[in-house]
Amino acid sequence: MRLEYPSNIKIVKVPCTGRVDIIHMLEAFEGGADGVCLVGCLEGDCHFLTGNIRARKRVEYAKQLLEESGIGKDRLVMYNLSAAEGQRFAQIAREMTEKIRGLGPNPIKAVISRQQTAETKRLYADS
Amino acid sequence: MSTASNLERVLKAGIFAVTSECGPPRGADPEAVKKKGGFLSGYVDAVNVTDNQTSVVRMSSLSACLILKTMGFDPVMQMVCRDRNRIAIQSDILGAAALGINNILCLSGDHQKFGDHPTAKNVFDVDSIQLIQCVRKMVDDGRFLSGEEIKGKPSLFVGCAANPFADPFEIRAMRLAKKAVAGAQFVQTQCVFNVGKFGKWMEMVRDLGVHEKVHILAGITPMKSVGMAKYMKNSVPGMDVPDDLIKRMQDTPKEKQAEEGIRICLETIEKVRGIKGVSGIHIMAIEWEQMVPEIVRSAGLYPRPSP
Amino acid sequence: MIVADRKPFQEIIEMLAPYSRILLLGCNECVTVCAVGGAKEVAVLASEIRLRRAKEGIPVEIKEVTLERNCDPEYVETLQPFINDFDVALSMACGCGIQFVGERYRNRIVLPAVNTTFYGVTEQHGVWAERCQGCGNCVLDRTLGICPVTRCAKSLFNGPCGGSQGGVCEVNKETPCAWQLIVDRYKEMGVLDRYLEIQPVKDWSVSRDGGPRKRIREDLKI
Repeated sequence: MRLEYPSNIKIVKVPCTGRVDIIHMLEAFEGGADGVCLVGCLEGDCHFLTGNIRARKRVEYAKQLLEESGIGKDRLVMYNLSAAEGQRFAQIAREMTEKIRGLGPNPIKAVISRQQTAETKRLYADS
Repeated sequence: MSTASNLERVLKAGIFAVTSECGPPRGADPEAVKKKGGFLSGYVDAVNVTDNQTSVVRMSSLSACLILKTMGFDPVMQMVCRDRNRIAIQSDILGAAALGINNILCLSGDHQKFGDHPTAKNVFDVDSIQLIQCVRKMVDDGRFLSGEEIKGKPSLFVGCAANPFADPFEIRAMRLAKKAVAGAQFVQTQCVFNVGKFGKWMEMVRDLGVHEKVHILAGITPMKSVGMAKYMKNSVPGMDVPDDLIKRMQDTPKEKQAEEGIRICLETIEKVRGIKGVSGIHIMAIEWEQMVPEIVRSAGLYPRPSP
Repeated sequence: MIVADRKPFQEIIEMLAPYSRILLLGCNECVTVCAVGGAKEVAVLASEIRLRRAKEGIPVEIKEVTLERNCDPEYVETLQPFINDFDVALSMACGCGIQFVGERYRNRIVLPAVNTTFYGVTEQHGVWAERCQGCGNCVLDRTLGICPVTRCAKSLFNGPCGGSQGGVCEVNKETPCAWQLIVDRYKEMGVLDRYLEIQPVKDWSVSRDGGPRKRIREDLKI
């Protein structure tokens, strides 16, 4: 179909959303992701029966952890769609990008970049 | 063996007994106890004093008992296992007996979750049946739970509670039998609204012959309003208020509901009096103590035998 | 197994405030089975702490170590080579493990990341429930396998209180009434009259009330 979707989305393929653990979602944020979107099959259509349903529960749990650690729960979202819904995937990708743009960058990156700026300034001042 | 208890004397004389209760105040003012007691004076054979009921801190049962005693009442000191270990229990029993309290009612006690200090630690060192055994051991054998001899043994008429409406129903009569074996001499039941079920329970009690070992006083509570009836049905665990009673209250205009509540209460008294093995009633007029005289009079239970 | 709950994250973060090099300990025994303090949960907590610290711009270094057991000296000993490289240890083991590591390494504080709650079973995946209080004087023979000490909110020995209704405890509608369970069990085994046996007052001196308990088998001592 060659549909276009925002190029800032990095796709990580997994055999089933049921394979995605809490730690994977957290580590994506530690790695600097501004948002994480789990895209699973439609509920009831899981090849492994309940992988996507379990993934949804884990997403809910991970949202709590993100909230309490200060990253914010809204940066993690799960969608369900079928393999035939390419159009919808592209639309979700655009929606997600818009939503995360609205939330701003991952707060840990802002701190890192401030620290880097301060460090750079200090280096200049020293020289 | 006999005590100085007026309640024991009335029950043993085969007179249909009337007891009521007085919840101590949430403060140190003795007048609050005297005021409630004033309503009951002359209309009851004994008056129960609750022990931090529903786990809300109140004036101690023993203190309020003493205030009522000075007014001429024969108080029944309620004692729960929630707040005292066996050391405190036995100490309070000695204290009560020393101060001339003649009756004790042995209870497990409401869980502290329902009270004003839900984060408290509970005790439950002994349970209500073991408490009955403990009191009887002190009274009859003159010995502490430890087996050691008591110097100056207490004299108390020992009671317990029973809830015929709680589950599992099939062991509720057996539970009273256990309490009788443990040494309970009288029992006051949970408020009876469902007379049919109470009758069934009494039948099971009679089958076990328990009514011959322990005097049974049926709990009676007048309902002030349909709101109270619904609250008791839905929010008080172990309370059985049949739907037809709720409907009867509901169908009564608001200003006449209290009157209807009293009427239901009198009908209930009439019915339980007719059940073989019931030796009296225990009126729990919750924050409505002023109605007790009217109830006792209208039920034809006045005057009471003089103490 | 010993069951625990993770402490609220905020409480953990406040405890850690003075420290930047943290040894995060897990345990492969009970807390792994009840999914609160095994290697997986250690990784998740470490990640959460790093995220929070990164957001606040406060540096942190976390080493994740999950011991086979935190309640046995031989495993606790394995921390020796590196524990002093850290400012503090934060443990996701049960209360026993937290204390035992602290006893061995006197110059390091061991902080609790979990609240140890009870001895329980896995009722279903993700659901754990209490069964035993370690009262030191088991009565399960008399109640046919249902513990009144643990499973009755009032630890009643002689039957259900007046608050048992519809099979559930008045204290929590999610909790079955222990005495309903015992009575059902008596009926199931055709011995309902056993309910009439009066259970005497309990000897609590062998429970926690007698002070901390110790068990010694001389033949095993080295």
